[in-house]
Amino acid sequence: MTVLKTVNLVKIYQNKHVPVPAVRGVDLQVDEGEFVAIMGPSGSGKSTLVHMLGGLDTRTSGEIWLDGQRADTLSESAWALLRRKKIGFVFQFFNLVASMTVADNVELPALLAGASPKVARERREYLLDALSLTERVEASPAQLSGGEQQRVALARALANKPSLLLADEPTGNLDSRNTRDVLRLLGQVHRDGQTIVLVTHDARVASLADRVVSLLDGEIVDDGKIARRRPGRGGGAGEVIDLR
Amino acid sequence: MHSANLNVNGYVRNERVTRRWGVRLHLLALLAKEPAHGYELKQALEQTFGTAYPSPNIGQIYVTLGRLEKDGLVRAVDVEQSNRPNKKVYYLTAKGRDSLTDWVDEPTEGPRVRDEFFMKLVLAPLTGIADRMALINRQRRHYLALMRDLNELAERTDQGNQVALLLIEGAMLHLQADLDWLERCQEDLT
Repeated sequence: MTVLKTVNLVKIYQNKHVPVPAVRGVDLQVDEGEFVAIMGPSGSGKSTLVHMLGGLDTRTSGEIWLDGQRADTLSESAWALLRRKKIGFVFQFFNLVASMTVADNVELPALLAGASPKVARERREYLLDALSLTERVEASPAQLSGGEQQRVALARALANKPSLLLADEPTGNLDSRNTRDVLRLLGQVHRDGQTIVLVTHDARVASLADRVVSLLDGEIVDDGKIARRRPGRGGGAGEVIDLR
Repeated sequence: MHSANLNVNGYVRNERVTRRWGVRLHLLALLAKEPAHGYELKQALEQTFGTAYPSPNIGQIYVTLGRLEKDGLVRAVDVEQSNRPNKKVYYLTAKGRDSLTDWVDEPTEGPRVRDEFFMKLVLAPLTGIADRMALINRQRRHYLALMRDLNELAERTDQGNQVALLLIEGAMLHLQADLDWLERCQEDLT
């Protein structure tokens, strides 16, 4: 089943009176359970694209379909409702609710979506544990480091088991140990069937994906699977790094 | 070995010299600590570098030790063993110690500066047999597949083996730099 589809999606910004095209006719289809990484140089339109997919930015023309429903023609409030039900989003800036604890920030989306308090709590405990944040549950966002806030934002985005996880540079603020936690969690939820579309520069993150979409100047220049190399052969670690 | 493999020495410019001298110097370094026989050296390499280092087979170790002996860098003594054939224990000579000191003291070549892919990228389109966009896209997918292997290797590696984990992390950082560079090439050359 197709979770996400775009048809000839275009975004043109107005810089004074000069039109600046950021996304120029993107056709993208993501099936249920797929993990797609979007890569490309800065200014290639990656962030603009996921922002449109998440309804944070309006499209100039083209179509966005979510779970078989046309999303871009919805009213703002209907779009917001659909988003709350279907999409988990990790922004480059984390947008945590400052007046709530870490635990409440993570549980809120699940509760809004109608999960019972017990289910929401269990899901929150699982996610925060996977991201090494269990000791920070009672903290407020202001007490967290940038890397901690980013991981809380990821937990929040996944709380609801959304149809689609959208993320913009989800490891941008993390050191290598915290990145490893995030990689492991993304791999885990993906194996459990989570559909993921994320923008990243980090090749470790991108290499977890089934498929990589490369953007250049607002257009897709490559879209294909990352091959499994020589499956089943040897498997000895020494085949990967050969020091001889 | 296989061309598809990620060869950490591939990041060293003077690859031929390194390949010829690599294992020899590693063995000299181990012998500087204490005399040892071939099998002990093999084990020491495996324990230190873990899964990230494909330990040379025992035959290669003995061939290398033979060469080192011929060049006067190590010497061997026969040690008698009850019930078993004598075993050869190798130790470092003064000349061997000098070679090792030279190796340690001299700056090590930086990451590769001459990149085979880049040569291909610049030259192949001139012949009309490939276009740059396609070459870059294929190379990116290849690097990402290598990165996936490194991810899986890191997962399988004993989390207490810092040496092995750092070796893998180094390979990952090089690969990340290669991908960033590929992006620059795509921006400017296509």
